[in-house]
Amino acid sequence: MLRFTLLRLLWAIPTLLLVIVLAFLMVHAAPGGPFDAERALPPEIEANIARAYHLDEPLPQQFARYLNGILRGDLGPSYRYRDYSVSELIGKAIPVSLKLGVLAMALAVIVGISVGTLAALRQNSVLDRLTMGFAMTGISIPVFVVAPLLVLFFAVQLRWLPASWGGSTSGWRFLLPVVALALPQIAYIARLTRASMIEVLGSDFIRTARAQGLGTITMVRYHAMKPAMLPVLSYMGPAIAAILTGSVVVEEIFGIPGVGQFFIRGALNRDYTLVLGIVIFYAALVILLNLIVDVLYGFLDPRIRHR
Amino acid sequence: MTAAKQGRARKRPAIRAAILLLLGAVAAFVYLGGTEPQGDAETVLHRGNGPEPESLDPHKFRSIQAANVLRDIGEGLVGYSPGGELIAAAAEKWEISEDGRQYDFWLRPEARWSNGDTVTAKDFVYSFRRLANPETAAFYAEALADIENAADIVAGNKAADSLAVEAPEEFRLRIRLRNATPYFLGLLTYPSAFPVHPASVEQHGKAFAKAGNLLSNGAYKLDSWELGSVIRLSRNVHYWDDAGTAIDNVRHYVTPEPQVELNRYRAGELDTTASVPPEAFAALKQQRPDELRVAPYLGVYYYGLNLTREPFKDKPELRQALSMAIDREVLSEKITGRGEEPAYSWVPPGVNNYEAIRFPYADMTSEERHAAAKRLYKVSGYDEDNPLETEIRYNTSETHQRVALAIQSMWRETLGVEATLINEEFQVLLDNIRNKELTQVFLSSWIGDYNDAHTFLHLLQAGNPSNMTGYVNEEYESLMRRAAAQTDPRQRQLYLEEAERVLLSDHPVIPIYFYVSKHLVKPRIRGWGDNVLDYHYSRHLSIAGSK
Repeated sequence: MLRFTLLRLLWAIPTLLLVIVLAFLMVHAAPGGPFDAERALPPEIEANIARAYHLDEPLPQQFARYLNGILRGDLGPSYRYRDYSVSELIGKAIPVSLKLGVLAMALAVIVGISVGTLAALRQNSVLDRLTMGFAMTGISIPVFVVAPLLVLFFAVQLRWLPASWGGSTSGWRFLLPVVALALPQIAYIARLTRASMIEVLGSDFIRTARAQGLGTITMVRYHAMKPAMLPVLSYMGPAIAAILTGSVVVEEIFGIPGVGQFFIRGALNRDYTLVLGIVIFYAALVILLNLIVDVLYGFLDPRIRHR
Repeated sequence: MTAAKQGRARKRPAIRAAILLLLGAVAAFVYLGGTEPQGDAETVLHRGNGPEPESLDPHKFRSIQAANVLRDIGEGLVGYSPGGELIAAAAEKWEISEDGRQYDFWLRPEARWSNGDTVTAKDFVYSFRRLANPETAAFYAEALADIENAADIVAGNKAADSLAVEAPEEFRLRIRLRNATPYFLGLLTYPSAFPVHPASVEQHGKAFAKAGNLLSNGAYKLDSWELGSVIRLSRNVHYWDDAGTAIDNVRHYVTPEPQVELNRYRAGELDTTASVPPEAFAALKQQRPDELRVAPYLGVYYYGLNLTREPFKDKPELRQALSMAIDREVLSEKITGRGEEPAYSWVPPGVNNYEAIRFPYADMTSEERHAAAKRLYKVSGYDEDNPLETEIRYNTSETHQRVALAIQSMWRETLGVEATLINEEFQVLLDNIRNKELTQVFLSSWIGDYNDAHTFLHLLQAGNPSNMTGYVNEEYESLMRRAAAQTDPRQRQLYLEEAERVLLSDHPVIPIYFYVSKHLVKPRIRGWGDNVLDYHYSRHLSIAGSK
């Protein structure tokens, strides 16, 4: 296990490097630059700005400069928000996005697994059909439809919750965004759990436990849950990716100053350094999370561990 | 214990765990935020400000949104009244020399920075030099281009302290211009001409414009800037006219999506909005007529024509035919429908010291216009069997698409033109427009910087980098030069009007409509004046029902 983890971490470095090179090339290949606008700049001023931000240097030199900065932990200045460095911008945005993502993930896992398990235990009952029906709509309706509907209902009509993140400073402003973000994942996880749980419940060792007179809750909790969770755990990788991309939409709709919003703004503004910084952050995050998922795999299924 | 009893005994911890988990989730929500601030007796104005400003350094900003905030925290030599007239601000009076090339400003001795320091003429000298200095890499250094030596400094040929701005006395500022620029005072209202606090810049360097460091000489000071969320301002008690400022605190919220901003306004979180989503306009006009504020805005929405290549090079009749074939009233009423004024000229109405010049065909009936358009189309060598094929480029937006579709169909019906619509991302469109290689017909717009016809007519001069059409006309240039050299305002006006006549007959652009500013303003907000520049200083506003 230790060797496995270390090897994976070692592989992460060339992976990240490749990501940086590709992202750098793509970002500079897009037409338009960070300082283009309808009001064109006089040539001398354009030259001054290009010099100040090293945009007049050849591309390989710019890349070397950027890489040098990264090795020293400096992600560069933002081309758009000229008073701030990229590290400052991302540093302020990460805790917010992290809270949003973790809460959404937690909500999705808790509610999804509970609902899925219940549905599996009461297979083909009214409860089962109802919950799986809701799950279907949760998967089919996109976030950018659900979120504004939630806002319209709970914030504008009922005024129970803030319409946006900036509209209050209490913790309640997280509720709607987290729910909006979690809903599709709750749906997926519920369906996955139900299917997996049904399969496990039909297996030999469960039948043995039941024959020994074990109660349902105990049996589920101590014997059925772990193996049933394997497909759900496999889904965690894509789930995290979905939460990351979904958070971009949610942050936009609710005005949350998170990484997703800066990503969009950076791309539209051609803020090269900001976009690259966020890409690096996302890449590192995905690599790390995938590693954690793989390690957890080993813990959940002893058969995998001993393979 | 029997197995059954064992089972039941084990159930309880599971249920307990579930309950604890639920409570934990609720606690997490409550913990994760601060507490709601207690309502205080201080007044707060919540303004939607649109996309995020890029900087509050007067020399590093570029956007309208940054300018809005800067106008609250800073003050230049001159400013605008709620009705849009030029008024004294940091300067209490000024004198212009006979030849129009020397300006003397007398500053208010009682003006203060937000830390109590006196605002002196030296602060302005320092600030203007910083603006022109190529190391600052300011976007709006050209605002001072008319000052002697400014152009050389920006190009790096002279040192920044050779700028012809000096402080002969502590509260007197003298500026010498390259030539008599009649709209120079208007240029000074723009936030790039606001002063910065020299000691702060020296001390904090690049970080001087951040919250906690930034000092202001305006009605408000910067308290905090939560990137992506809100900029918080509070009253600057040292401001010379603090007694005239009614509202204690201002919050400029980042609201990049008009629909989301509308939701927040309806939920009671915003007092004013930066814009109104087009889809909601009709409904709001019915439901909230008193809150919807629409006013003429100094901007023109137009189709630019690329004069450097086919098919519009050297074809003024064709260009005019295309312009005449558009039913501008139909566009303004049915397609955009927000009170925009159909544009039969280049310079918008409401500009100071100017009489609107219009297309000669502005008053024709649509039948007459269409007939004339068909004739000109034929003269250019096109007809039913040999139609013009062209491309209309615009950036992604529902309004732009609807206008383009309407114009495509108008051109086809009246002339038989086959126009292809090409929708591009904004930066891609800008790039193409600048390169002039791909564009034929392209969407563009121009918002005036100051209330003078020059800011529009100047756009189509040959040397202007923002001239995306490639228009060059010697007669036009000569008229503009003569206007620039005129000190007599009446003579100048005549030259400018003649220049616009020349421009309109050449049709390098097809103006479509003049912009209107659209805001939602809560009934309790007083003092919101409609003006053609859409400037709404927070210090002119008050909240009814408070002190």
